[in-house]
Amino acid sequence: MAIFHQVLRRPVSFVLPMMGLMGGFVGVFFGPTFGSALVGLTLVSTVSVFLAYLIISTQYLSQKVIRLILPVPLAILGLIFLGPISGFFGALYGWFFGWFFYWIYEGGYRAKLHPYLTAGQVLWHYSFRVICGLIFTFLITPILVVMPLSFNAQDFFTFTPEMLRLDPVGYSLKHYQDFFNNGDWQRSFWNSLIIAPFATIISVSLGTLAAIGLSQSHVPAKRAIMAILISPMIVPLIISAMGMFFFYSTMGNFMENTLGLDKNLVGYVKVILAHAVLGIPFVIITVTATLVGFDKSLTRAAANMGAGPVKTFFKVQMPLIMPGVISGGLFAFITSFDEVVVVMFIGSASQKTLPWQMFIGLREQISPTILAVATILVGISVLLLMTLELLRRRSERLRGLSPA
Amino acid sequence: MKYKNTVFATAALSLFAGLALAEEMTIVSWGGAYSKSQLKAYHEPYTANTGVTIINDESAGTAVPKLRAMKEAGNLTWDVVDVEAGPAMQLCDEGLAMEIDHDFMLADAPDGTLASVDFGDFIVSECFIPQIVYSYTVGYRNDMVGSTPPTSICAIFDTETYPGKRSLKKGALSNMEWALLCDGVAKADIYPTLETAAGQDQALAKLDTIKDDVIWWSAGADTPQLLADGEVVMGSTFNGRLFALIEEQNQPVSMLWDGQIYDLDGWIIPTGLSPERQARALHYVRFATDTQRLADQSRWISYGPTRASSALLVDKHAELGIDMAPHMPTDPANSKNTFLMNYAFWADYKDDIESKFQAWLAQ
Amino acid sequence: MSYTDDNGPMMTVDGKPLKRSLAIALRRQKIRALLLISPLLIFVLITFLFPIASMLFRSVENDIVSEILPKTVVALSDWDAQSGELPGEIVYSAFAGDIQRAAKAKDHTRVGLRLNYEKSGMASLFKKTARKAKKWDLEADTPFKNKLIETHKGWADIAVWQTLKTHSSRYTSGYFLNSIDMRKTVSGPEFQPEDRQILVTLFKRTLIISLVITISCILLGYPVAWLLANLPMRQANLLMILVLLPFWTSLLVRTSAWKVMLQQQGVINDLLVALGMIEETGRLALINNQLGTVIAMTHILLPFMILPMYSVMQSIPPTYLRAAKSLGATNWTAFWRVYFPQSVPGIGAGSILVFILSIGYYITPEIVGGNKGVFISNRIAYHIFQSMNWGLAAALGTILLVAVLTLYWAYDKIVGIDNVKLGG
Repeated sequence: MAIFHQVLRRPVSFVLPMMGLMGGFVGVFFGPTFGSALVGLTLVSTVSVFLAYLIISTQYLSQKVIRLILPVPLAILGLIFLGPISGFFGALYGWFFGWFFYWIYEGGYRAKLHPYLTAGQVLWHYSFRVICGLIFTFLITPILVVMPLSFNAQDFFTFTPEMLRLDPVGYSLKHYQDFFNNGDWQRSFWNSLIIAPFATIISVSLGTLAAIGLSQSHVPAKRAIMAILISPMIVPLIISAMGMFFFYSTMGNFMENTLGLDKNLVGYVKVILAHAVLGIPFVIITVTATLVGFDKSLTRAAANMGAGPVKTFFKVQMPLIMPGVISGGLFAFITSFDEVVVVMFIGSASQKTLPWQMFIGLREQISPTILAVATILVGISVLLLMTLELLRRRSERLRGLSPA
Repeated sequence: MKYKNTVFATAALSLFAGLALAEEMTIVSWGGAYSKSQLKAYHEPYTANTGVTIINDESAGTAVPKLRAMKEAGNLTWDVVDVEAGPAMQLCDEGLAMEIDHDFMLADAPDGTLASVDFGDFIVSECFIPQIVYSYTVGYRNDMVGSTPPTSICAIFDTETYPGKRSLKKGALSNMEWALLCDGVAKADIYPTLETAAGQDQALAKLDTIKDDVIWWSAGADTPQLLADGEVVMGSTFNGRLFALIEEQNQPVSMLWDGQIYDLDGWIIPTGLSPERQARALHYVRFATDTQRLADQSRWISYGPTRASSALLVDKHAELGIDMAPHMPTDPANSKNTFLMNYAFWADYKDDIESKFQAWLAQ
Repeated sequence: MSYTDDNGPMMTVDGKPLKRSLAIALRRQKIRALLLISPLLIFVLITFLFPIASMLFRSVENDIVSEILPKTVVALSDWDAQSGELPGEIVYSAFAGDIQRAAKAKDHTRVGLRLNYEKSGMASLFKKTARKAKKWDLEADTPFKNKLIETHKGWADIAVWQTLKTHSSRYTSGYFLNSIDMRKTVSGPEFQPEDRQILVTLFKRTLIISLVITISCILLGYPVAWLLANLPMRQANLLMILVLLPFWTSLLVRTSAWKVMLQQQGVINDLLVALGMIEETGRLALINNQLGTVIAMTHILLPFMILPMYSVMQSIPPTYLRAAKSLGATNWTAFWRVYFPQSVPGIGAGSILVFILSIGYYITPEIVGGNKGVFISNRIAYHIFQSMNWGLAAALGTILLVAVLTLYWAYDKIVGIDNVKLGG
C-alpha cells in the first residue's frame, strides 16, 4: 500500500519497553520451565531488554550477522540451564527476537501501512490482526487437536503420557488400518460416496433451475415460494427426520411392492432423495445470490445474435453463474456427507453412511478410527477447496477480470 | 417333546432351504465389543453354515421407537433384534414382538433338557429369547480412591471419602433405586417407596447431595472414556465395558460387585415378517442360542450365558487367554449383593418419574 | 417518446392493443418463471412439506382411545366427571366389552400407554385388566362394576375415569398444553405440579443460549469477515480455508474435539496448569454446562456467520470509508456511521442462519451440555426415542417451528431473504 518507506531508527525509549513487553509475553509461556510464570516473565523480559540494549549501544555487527548468530547463545543458555528441549526453544526465540527487534527498531512495522497513520492507528492495526489471529486459532485448533489423536496407540480420545513425551510407543497407525480394513467403515465410506454425489446432482440441477426462475423479474408469490424452498433448512432436523421416515417408508413400500424394484436400490433412492431435499436451501441461496449480480444484457445480446434460450443458458449464463452453482453444490454435498439424524431414520443398515458409522463409533464404542477418518476427510477437504479456488480463478479469467 | 422339536427344526430348515441364494438378514444389536462377540460366536459360523449374509445394524438403543415406527409405516427392515428384558416386555405387550414357544423353537441342551428348563427364570416374557446376563455396575480409578478402595455401591454418594466427579446415566432408572438403597431403604421396600411422591422426593433429595459432582452420560462409551481420562473417580456402566477397559486396555480401573443391577439381554423377532423371513429368523435364533454358541460368546465378552448348560462350558478369553468365569456377573462371588430391576414398575411409572427427574436435572 | 392516439388504446406495431400485448408478455414471463421453479417446488412439497405436515398433525391427533374403546367413550359422555361419583354400570359393561375385544386384538397396551402419559399406573391397569378380561363372558358375568373393581382396585378410582373421559376426544389440545407445562383435566387446563415443570424453562433456555451463541458468533465473525473482505483476494482465500475446514469437518468430530479440549483433564486445563495460571486443584469447569454448549456451538456455527458477512462486506466499496475520513470523520465515526450500516444485511443474514440452526441442534448439546446446557430439541429427541410420546414431540416441534417461522418472517420483512448469501 505505502509506496515510500524510509528506514528510520526508533528511539531507545520506544524499542526497549517493546522488547521488554515481548519478552515478558514469551516468558509466560516459558514459565513452567523456570518454575513459575512470574519468574519466566521477569527473566525473559530482562534478558530481552538487555540484549536489545547491547545491540543498539554497540552498533558493531550488521543486521544480517546479528540475526544469524543470535539463536546460538540463547540455545546454549537454554541447553546448559534447562535441558535439550529448552535449547531448541531458546534457538527459536533467538530467531524470533532477531526478527522482532529489527521490525521494531527499524520501523518495519510501518513499512506496509499508510505513512499518515497515527501511532494509535498503527497499534490498532496490529491489535486487530492479533485478535483475528486468535479467532482463526479458535476455529482451527479443534481440528489440529484431532489429528495427533488419530495416531493414538490406545483406543481412547486421550493424550497419553507417551504421546506427550513424543515417544513412538504412544503412536500407531492402527486406527487408519482399522478404517481401511474394517468392512463397516469401508462400506459406510462407499455408501457416502454413492449417496452424496447423487443427492448433490439432484439438488443442484433442480435448485439451479428454480433459482433462475426466481431471479426473473415477475414471479408470483415469490416470498411464499422462497419460504417453501428454504424450509428444509429451518425445520428442526429431528422433526424432519421423523416426518420423512413415515413418508419414505410408504414410498419405499410402493416402489418395492408395486414397481418391483430391488430392496437395496429403493433404500439408496430414499436416502438420496431425503438428502437432496436437505441440500436444496443451500443451492437456492448461493445461486440466487450469484444471479443477483448477473448482467441481464448478456442474455439479450446472445438472443440478439441468434442463440436460442437453451443455447444461451448453457453457453452464456451457465459459465458465469458456475461459481455460485459449484459452491452451492459443495454445500449440498457436505450437507449429505455430514448428515446423521435423517439417515439413521430413513436408511437401513445397508445404507449406513460415514456419519452414521461415526456416530456409532462415538456413542457405542470408543474408537479413534473416527478421528482417523476425520483426518483423511480434512485432507480431502483441502483438495476440494483448492479445486474451488482454481475454478474461481478460471471464472475470473472468463469474465475478463484481472486477478485481484 | 424331543420329537416335536426335531420336526420343527426340519420344517424350519426345509422352508429355509427353499429360499433363494444370496440371502441377507439384518440383525440389530449394540455395536462395539458386544457386536464383535456376536459376530465371532454367532454370525461367522452361521454365515459359514448357511451362506446367509448378516448385516449388523447398531440401532438397539432405539429399537423400540424404530420398531414401532416401522410397524406403523409397514416397512419392516429388521429380522432379529437384540434388546434388554424391559424393552422386550414392552415390545411384546404392544404386539411388536413375536411370541415364542421356547421348547418348540429353541434347541434342547445337549443332555436333552428342554430349553424352558435350561433357560429357567430368564424367560421373562413370552417373546423374549434370553441370550446373556449382564450387570450395570460401577467402576473406579485405582489411583484416585486413595488407600481405601470402595466396597459398597453407596461410595457413589460418599463425596467425602471419594472426592471428584462421578458419571451416572442421564435418566431415572437405576439412579433412583441406588439413591433409595443408599438412603437406608431396604431392598424390598424400594419399589413401593418409589411409587409414592414422597419416596420419589426422597430419592431426588439423596441425588441432590451429589448433583454438582456428577457428569451425566447418555452414550455407552462415555463412562469408559471418562474413566480412562481420569475425568471421573468412578462411573456407572455395563460390566462388559469395564472388563474391556481393565483387561484389554489395561487401564488402572477396578470394578465394584455390589448393589449392581442385574439384567438380561436377548433376542426378539418382530411380528409381521413374511413367512420366509420369519423362518430364517427363527432358524438363526435357534442356532445362536444353543448351548455351545452361548458359551462361545462368553469367550469374547464378560457377559454370562443364560443357559444353565452353557455356564459349564465357559472357558478362557479367546484373545487374552484369561479365565472368564470369575468375570461373569453370574459368578457366585460376584452376585452376592445384586439388585433386580422391576420392569413392571417402570412400565407404569417411567413417564412420571422420568419427567420429575429431568425437571430436577434442569433446575 | 411514445405515440399516443386520443381515439383509442395504445397499439403495438402489429395492431394489437399495447396493454393486452404487455399483459400477455407478462403472463408468459410469469409462466416461464413458474415452469422453471415448479419441478423443485413440487419436489419439496411432496418429499418434505407434506411429510412434515403429517408429522406435526400428530400433535393434535388423539384417536387411540375412541378407536379402541368406542362404546366406553359413548357411554362416558353421559357421565358428569365432576360429580364425584363413579360412573354407572352402563359405562362399566361397555368398558368390559371394549377391553375384551382390545385384549384379543392386542390393542390394550396402546391405549394403556397413551393414558399413562397422563396418569401413572394406567399402563399396568390396562395390562392386568386385559389379561383377565379375555376369559370373561359378557352375558353371564354382569354386573361388571363389581367385577372390574374386583379385578383391579384402580377401577374404583374416579381419577382413572376422569383421565379416560378427558382424553377420549378425537382431537386434543392436551399435547400442546403439555408442551407449556400444563395439563388437561376435567375442570379445564391447569399447570403441572411444580416438580414436573421443565419445558417452558427449556424453551426459554433454548432461546437465551441460542441468542448468546448468535451474539458471540457476531462478535467473533465480524472482525474475521472484515479482514477477509479487505485483504487481497489471494491471501483472503488462503485464510478462507481456515474458515471452511472446520465447516467441512464432521460435526461429530468437532464436538468430540471440544470434549477433548474442554474437559477438566483436557487440553486447555492441562495447558493452563502447565503454565501455572491455575492450580491443579482449581481446574476450570468448561464442559458439561452451558459454557460448554456455547463454546462448541459457537465454533460449529461460526462459519455460517462469517460467510454471509463476508459476501456482504465484499460488496461495500472501500472508497466510502476513505471519503468519510477525508470529510473529517474520526475512525470510529467513519466505521460506525458509514461502514457498519452497510454491513448490517450480512450480520442479519448470518444471525438468522446461526439462530435457526442453533435452535434445532441436539447432538452437540447432548454431548457437551451436561444437564443445564441442553435444548428443547434434546427433549424432542427424548420424547421420540425414549418415552415415545410422539404427540408431545410433535407439539414441541410445532411450537419450535412457529417460533422459527415468525423469526424468518420478521427477517424477511426487515432485511429480505434474498440478501442471504453464503460466500461465493
